[in-house]
Order: sequence, then C-alpha cells, then structure tokens
Amino acid sequence: MVNMGPQHPSTHGVFRMVMAVDGEVVVDVEPHIGYLHRGSEKLSENELYVQVVTLFDRLDYISNLNNEMVFCRSVEKLMGLEIPERAEYIRVILCELNRVASHLLFFGTFGLDAGAMTPVMYTFREREKIQSMFEMVTGARMMHNYIRIGGVKNDVPEDFHRRMHELIAELRKGIDESDKLLSFNEIFLARTKGIGVISADKAINYGMTGPSLRASGIPMDIRKDEPYSVYDRFDFGIPIGENGDCWDRYYVRVEEMRQSMKIIEQALDQIPEGSTITPTRLVLRPPKGEVYVRGENPRGELGVYLVSDGADRPYRVKVRPPSFCNLMAIKELIKGTYVADSVVILGSLDIVLGEVDR
Amino acid sequence: MVENNNNGDKSPEEMVTLDEKGQFLEQTVPGLLSSYEIEIGRSSDTLALIIDPKDLLGIFNILKHDSQTYFDFLVCISVVDYIEYIQIVYHLLSTTKQHKLVVKADLDAGQPSISSLTSLWLGADWYEREGHDLFGVWFEGHPNLEPLLLYEGFEGHPGLKSYPLPEYKEW
Repeated sequence: MVNMGPQHPSTHGVFRMVMAVDGEVVVDVEPHIGYLHRGSEKLSENELYVQVVTLFDRLDYISNLNNEMVFCRSVEKLMGLEIPERAEYIRVILCELNRVASHLLFFGTFGLDAGAMTPVMYTFREREKIQSMFEMVTGARMMHNYIRIGGVKNDVPEDFHRRMHELIAELRKGIDESDKLLSFNEIFLARTKGIGVISADKAINYGMTGPSLRASGIPMDIRKDEPYSVYDRFDFGIPIGENGDCWDRYYVRVEEMRQSMKIIEQALDQIPEGSTITPTRLVLRPPKGEVYVRGENPRGELGVYLVSDGADRPYRVKVRPPSFCNLMAIKELIKGTYVADSVVILGSLDIVLGEVDR
Repeated sequence: MVENNNNGDKSPEEMVTLDEKGQFLEQTVPGLLSSYEIEIGRSSDTLALIIDPKDLLGIFNILKHDSQTYFDFLVCISVVDYIEYIQIVYHLLSTTKQHKLVVKADLDAGQPSISSLTSLWLGADWYEREGHDLFGVWFEGHPNLEPLLLYEGFEGHPGLKSYPLPEYKEW
C-alpha cells in the first residue's frame, strides 16, 4: 500500500490516492476526494442570483471567467434575457483567453510532473501577461466577477484592441517556444507516450469530456456541437488525439491554445460597438422552471442544472464539474502502470480540486 | 430598467418548443418504452420523461442500447429535494446522434431508494455516492456507497432543505 496525498505537490491540490502495489506496479487504486468541499451548491441556494456568480468563480479557480459565463447563461436562459452582442464578443474573447491561461498552467505543471523543470518558467511568464490583461479589463487577476447576468460589468479599456493584438503575437511566440522545448523531447516522450491509455468507449462510459476525451479520438466540443453565445460565427478546428495516452491529452491542449487564439483574433475583428449590459434588477426573480446549460470549459463540459421556484434565490443549483468526471477514470488509467507514472497520469487529466469537491 | 418577469407568468416549458431532434424523440421514445408507464413532459427545451423508480434499469437499458436512441453518455445525475418528495434527474446525451433527454424519478422523502446505474455507466459511481452523501438517497446495487465529499462519521445529509445553514451575520 502506498498513500499519496492529500498534501503532495503533484496532486494539484488536496487529493489523496491509496495505491495497492505489487513491487513497482499499481494493482489497485482508491481515490479520496472531498478535502475542499465547501458546499457551494448548498450555499448557492441561500444567495441572491447575482451573488451566486462569485461562488462560481471559486469552483474552477484557474478558469474563472468560463465558470461565470455558464452560470450567467443559465439564468439568462431561464429568464429569456437577451444580451447585447458586444457583451457576447467580450465574453468569448476573455473566455478563450482564460482557456489559453489555463492550458499554459497545465503545460508548465505537466512538465514538472514529468520531471522537466524549465517549461514552467516559460509558460508562467506567458500566463502572467494574460493575468495582467485580465487585471486591466476586469480589475482582478482571479475571482473577477466580471461576467454579470445580462452582459459584462464594464466595457473594455480604450487601447484593448491594440494590446490584445500585441498579446496574441507574444503568446504565439511563447507557445511555439515552449512547444519546441518540451513536446518532442525524447525523455518527455518516453514518460508520456503509451502511458495511461484509455479507449474512446471507456472514456465515454466514464463521462469524460473536454481535451481528455478528445485525446481518445472523439471530436466532442460543445462550442461546435451546440454552439452557444457567438461561437457559430468563428472558424476554428477541434484538435483530437489518436491513442488516448498522456502525450495525446497533453498535445491536444497545446493545439487548442492555438485554436483559441484564432477565435480571439476573429472576434477582435468582428466585435461591434454598442452597450455591454442589459440592465436588470439587483434582485432577480426568474420565472418558475428549470434549465440545464452546458459550456465548454478548458477542462471539459461544465453543466449547471438550475431549478427556480420563482423566488429571489435559486431553489437548486447542481453543478456538473468536468474535473469530477475526468477524475473518476483515474482508477482505470492507473491500474497496471508503474507508481512513478501515476503522477504523470494524474497530471495529464488536469484536475482542479476546487471544482471536484465544490 | 427592464422588468424582471417580462415573460409574464409563463414558465419556460410553455414558451419553448422542441427542436427537430426533440420532436423525433417525442415520437419514438413512447413506442420503445410501451411496456412501462411513463409520463412525457418538458425540461426547458428538452424532452423529459417521468418514470416509476422501479422501472429505472429496464428503461435505461433500452435507452442506452436501442439504435434509435443510443444514449451512450450519462451527462449528470442531480438530486433535488422538493420536501414532499425527492427527485432524481438524469441528463442523457447521445454522442453520435447529438440528441438529449432528461429522465426524472420521484422518490419517497422518508426513505429514498433507487437502483444504481453503475452497471450501465461507470461514470454513475461518484454521482451516486454524492447523492447518498448529501441527500441520503440509497442506490440499490452500488458497489461502494461510502462518503465521498463528506468525511467519515459525518451525521446528517447537508443537501436536504431541512439541514440548517449556519447563520452568518454582517459585521
């Protein structure tokens, strides 16, 4: 028996695994989660709709804006609220930027998991530029509370376009550089190729979504399958993997960053002038009913099942967190591999415990 | 200022009509499940089935394996406490056909119990453990219903409406 976590640098948070080992080979694994359970769903039932947005910030704290967007969309759908087009574009630009930031963080830490110390220095440098951009637009580096029900908090600053184009050019260069540094490194390939393989059928059976599923060869992306916001107006591809191993899960994300930047550039060209928020009351009372809204987060499908009884607070908010479902497959992935590989496999799923435990 | 309830008293169920895929399901599903008692409804813009909890495994077996429906992806299992009863909501998706379905089952609030779906979807595992943790729903046939999010020895089911929230005061 080998215990890993809950305080262990490679568990990306407070996650514990108990592995039964036979020599160096893992024969069984029991994951334990819940160390970060804050009862966000229960808390949401006691807050006004506008206040719940802040709780969603704290679920997946690496991609806050994507989370805010899904919740705001669910309330807007319930109320039948139209939001200004300019706000849609700002949301898409920032969410895609957040996706790049999230994948950059994964890039660096995955390198660390595989024993490469250098890439994290490069990707954090790039990520820092995105964080500064967020600070300029939203006023905060994390926990933005920027996407509001009905639109976004405020319009973007004046030189936003110029600075975004500069940022994209820098990011392109930075990502290519890191890509060259790590992706086809022989030691890295040996650590990740053919490790932690999951077939497409198994991945679907476990409910995996996002890059982790696409690495197994299923081109499932909600932005394409069920276009929300203004995603149907952009031309972008869905990178998929072939083998469903750790390297595929890694490289799908690298390619995804490039696609995200393509979306941002198109959105910057198309963005119309106009207002950025449909004014609503502070105390919202959506009509009685229920909705399930899905959004493509950096880690997969974030779903919100929102039930309203017509009051000023949600009756029930159920969150379907992508990391939660991806992490469920860890049993399947780790069984039969070496203990040293378990760290790489866990890293390749790119989990955020704030969202797993809620 | 925009009026909050600009939709009047209508619930979203009445406003939204089903899309093509939803209409197709509305026609085919009752035929497939003719041996079971089901009620057809709406969940927002998706077709919803309200089923008897004891038919759960039979119905899901058909929905998953029939070539017309082929719901291979279990998106989410939610538990909602309506005080008089507890409702379990299953969201299904077909990755090949891209259609969606919502299945609901009402359980007795005193002793909520329903079959486990772990034999059909491995991904049902943690959702059901969570449902057991937070709402006290017993999933018949689940291999391991130990606490998942809560710590061992925690008393009560904090998801239920009857479970009090600590009162915070502004200071």
